[in-house]
Amino acid sequence: MSGELGSSDGALLSARNVTKRFAGRVACRDVSFDLWPGEVLGIVGESGSGKTTLLNCLAGRITPDAGSVAYATASTGTVDVHRLSEARRRLLARTEWGFVNQDAREGLRMGVSAGANIGERLMAVGARHYGDIRGTAADWLARVEIDGDRLDDRPATFSGGMRQRLQIARNLVSGPRLVFMDEPTGGLDVSVQARILDLLRGLVERLHLSAVLVTHDLGVARLLTHRLMVMQGGAVVEEGLTDQVLDDPQHAYTQMLVASILPV
Amino acid sequence: MPDTSTPDTTIAEGAYNYAYLDEQTKRMIRRAILKAVAVPGYQVPFGGREMPLPYGWGTGGIQVTAAIIGRDDTLKVIDQGADDTTNAVSIRRFFARVAEVATTTCTEDATVIQTRHRVPETPLKEGQILVFQVPIPEPLRMLEPRETETRTLHALSEYGVMQVSLYESIARHGRISKSYNYPVMVNGRYIMSPSPIPKFDNPKLDRSPALQLYGAGREKRIYAVPPHTPVKSLDFDDHPFEVEHWSECCALCGSKESFLDEMIVDDAGKRLFVCSDTDYCEGRR
Amino acid sequence: MQPALRVSGLTKSFVVHAHGDLALPVLFDVALAVSPGECLALVGPSGAGKSTLLRALYGNYRADAGSIRVRQDDRWTELVGAEPRTVLDVRHRTMGFVSQFLRAIPRVAAVDLVAEPLLRRGVEAEDARRRAEFLLGMLGIPPRLWALPPATFSGGEQQRVNIARSLIVDYPILLLDEPTASLDVANRDGVVELIRQRRDAGATIVGIFHDPGVRDAVATRVHEVLPPATSPLASPLASQAGASPCVPKPS
Repeated sequence: MSGELGSSDGALLSARNVTKRFAGRVACRDVSFDLWPGEVLGIVGESGSGKTTLLNCLAGRITPDAGSVAYATASTGTVDVHRLSEARRRLLARTEWGFVNQDAREGLRMGVSAGANIGERLMAVGARHYGDIRGTAADWLARVEIDGDRLDDRPATFSGGMRQRLQIARNLVSGPRLVFMDEPTGGLDVSVQARILDLLRGLVERLHLSAVLVTHDLGVARLLTHRLMVMQGGAVVEEGLTDQVLDDPQHAYTQMLVASILPV
Repeated sequence: MPDTSTPDTTIAEGAYNYAYLDEQTKRMIRRAILKAVAVPGYQVPFGGREMPLPYGWGTGGIQVTAAIIGRDDTLKVIDQGADDTTNAVSIRRFFARVAEVATTTCTEDATVIQTRHRVPETPLKEGQILVFQVPIPEPLRMLEPRETETRTLHALSEYGVMQVSLYESIARHGRISKSYNYPVMVNGRYIMSPSPIPKFDNPKLDRSPALQLYGAGREKRIYAVPPHTPVKSLDFDDHPFEVEHWSECCALCGSKESFLDEMIVDDAGKRLFVCSDTDYCEGRR
Repeated sequence: MQPALRVSGLTKSFVVHAHGDLALPVLFDVALAVSPGECLALVGPSGAGKSTLLRALYGNYRADAGSIRVRQDDRWTELVGAEPRTVLDVRHRTMGFVSQFLRAIPRVAAVDLVAEPLLRRGVEAEDARRRAEFLLGMLGIPPRLWALPPATFSGGEQQRVNIARSLIVDYPILLLDEPTASLDVANRDGVVELIRQRRDAGATIVGIFHDPGVRDAVATRVHEVLPPATSPLASPLASQAGASPCVPKPS
């Protein structure tokens, strides 16, 4: 990892030539983009396209072999995500960022109540009033359409869709500016998916969130994202406005992807 | 069985080094203690030795005591507040033999007090050392099983998970139900396990004039709280830390201020409440 | 009056890679200018590229060359080759698009769909809802349907929800792609009236109107779109060859 930290003025997140290899094989190669406040960027591709690796590089979870990721913090200027101390990166991940995992279990504490799960970020930054924490947690439970009397229940007793909504609440309670999402509706029933997508759409709009969303589902991309990057074999083969990439695909691979969607 | 009330020839005969441990081991433990005192509440790993009793019987506390004790000291050993339980007696006898040290049951007269699961009722003075026997030194262990992760949490002061466990306790029981081994924040920096003392004793740790040393033999960790250091029990603003209260008083000495043990005295289930600290109780009678 | 929309040299082909990179030219060197208060109707033979042109203006289709400029903040903003956020900003504040069919979002009620563009602009929820209801009423959607998701509505009802959603914001520039194609006469008239109101209030409008009656009622000018000379559609044999089935459908 070398060189200058590349970033455009005003951009929230800037990737420059992000490259990651695993055992000699390139997982993602030379990915560059700027994400602006309020934008939702979709990364689509099939299995093995490198999209999840890219997401993890952007979110600081794995370190790229080359390139840089710059993030404009709320009050301390622009930072190089991978040059931050572990302490600062973990703090960032708990306050200004969110990460919604495909499997909600990876993003939740299964052994404590829904209220404790949502309240954790607040307690981690010093909240010490039980009543207030509980109240905020209850408020968020309502926002993600989980019944209020489940506040003290553990996520182990929730359905998959409920766990996912709880994971979303747990992430958003700290008012993050940037949310990373890895197939947030993957593996869920279609009707459950619809509900969560609807929820995400509303929250992204209302809270003016920026997000990077990885999905293999073009329908999800159409619904949630403003911009789209199409990945194949580790490289970005096409990018642009979501509706333009899906309605007027330029690259052969994109055209094939779009043509492959089964009509309903 | 030799009579331990008279000095022994164990050391003179060269059978054991003074205070049982060899000098290099004592030096290593003292280094660990100095580190621990320099960083209050931080768990310092140390090279724990095999002791003549198994893990779970106070080997950590014994090694700490062995490293600091000298012929001029006066040792008191208590177990759940009592000087006369089997374990307290055994440990006291052990040090009488291998350290040729005077022993006492009187808190005020002791220079070193080794304790299992209680802090003496009599307030301690500057110059006294309290050595705690600790089973599990890591206060976050029940919440985060990975040692690598708990070390990171302490290093980064990421204690959200502990607050979460207190929240969960209130959500489930209406109050913080933890009544012993109640977590504390030491010197505003590290969260520490005060060992399984009742929460009743936590306030005694705060700014105590005595030196507190904590030894965990099985886990091989030593930590310390130097004199006059702030020790604050964790809580919520609207669920503040509270100690236990009894409506009864001690059946033997009438004390209303000490920690009381509940004892069942006959087959009919008759109960008595008695001071857990035997020396304190006797001193009042 | 200065134009609000200016197009020059606009050129576009579709390249279908699955068919050996077959290139289908659709637009060549298109130029036009439209001013506030004007409604420009795009006319021409079927498949000539009218819809493609309209979508290119919105940024939905990518132009290969040329310039599309809109008037925003007293300045010209170039859309060809622009950053996505520039186009998104223009769509948010200046340019609206009424498509031919509604893209229904699962679970969202018709009134909420229509109110959404206002909410996005910071209008109070109550206020947005009221205006959405008013517009739906004007377009003849009965109140009992307002709280239902439009996925189960008839084609005509869906299209009217679509129109309401696109017109609830007073965009300075409006692009209309066969807005009344799926409507019956009575409902068509309501939409026509709405378009005329916007036009007379100073909106700049470009539209495709299949029905000559509608066209005559709203258009102030007409622009003919012809297939480029190199397009197979330009040749006399075009009607026999037909358009390739793999050309992306202007859906």
